[in-house]
Amino acid sequence: MAAVLQAQVQEQAFDPAALHRSLKVADCGAVVEFTGYVRGGEGSAAVTTLELEHYPGMTERSLQLILEDAAARWPLLAATVVHRVGRLAPGEPIVWVGVGAAHRGEAFAACDFIMDFLKTRAPFWKKEHGPAGSAWVEARSSDDERAARWQPPQGSSR
Amino acid sequence: MLRLLFFARVREQLGCDRLEVPWSADAATVEKLLSHLQQRGPQWQAALGQPNLLIAVNQCVAEPADLLREGDEVAFFPPVTGG
Repeated sequence: MAAVLQAQVQEQAFDPAALHRSLKVADCGAVVEFTGYVRGGEGSAAVTTLELEHYPGMTERSLQLILEDAAARWPLLAATVVHRVGRLAPGEPIVWVGVGAAHRGEAFAACDFIMDFLKTRAPFWKKEHGPAGSAWVEARSSDDERAARWQPPQGSSR
Repeated sequence: MLRLLFFARVREQLGCDRLEVPWSADAATVEKLLSHLQQRGPQWQAALGQPNLLIAVNQCVAEPADLLREGDEVAFFPPVTGG
């Protein structure tokens, strides 16, 4: 059975409980979910607003490709990713990934994989605004290192 | 025509989010288009000369030697920071 894959980019807030209900499909023995929140920072690094820019079209396409890649590596039943754009306040949820599979091993691995590739491949950019001014968030090499842990699946040239 | 898009810090540095340029032999590959654009002035040289600059052609990340065709969409942006 082909996995049910859904990728969405939106300005509005999302409800993890509603996303969980829409993800759960028949015969999922395991559901693993990840929710990322905006951090507020402290002192000179305090953030009052996080601005998320993206590349409409390419963003949705790259998220869909990441989900397809995950479904080709593990026997998934369902996978959903929702990412917000626009202006967000500290404490607000920014990204949600949910994976349903028969067993927990593939669900944990696929959820981790999707987040690693989302952070290093999907065209989103964060800009932090705070009392000290505004600055683009720099990409971190630790994110590239995490993504590099995943070898291409056998028989793939990607 | 080539449809150029600029995002995040690159967009701010150029003060411009999109631009159309005619396709020509001068812009037949990603690399040639990049050096052609850098000749527009110091601002362009600085924004598009960053070593970590990423370029996507028709919404797929491209290599310097990739060919460009009439009507292509070419986007320039810094490393991504979502999630």
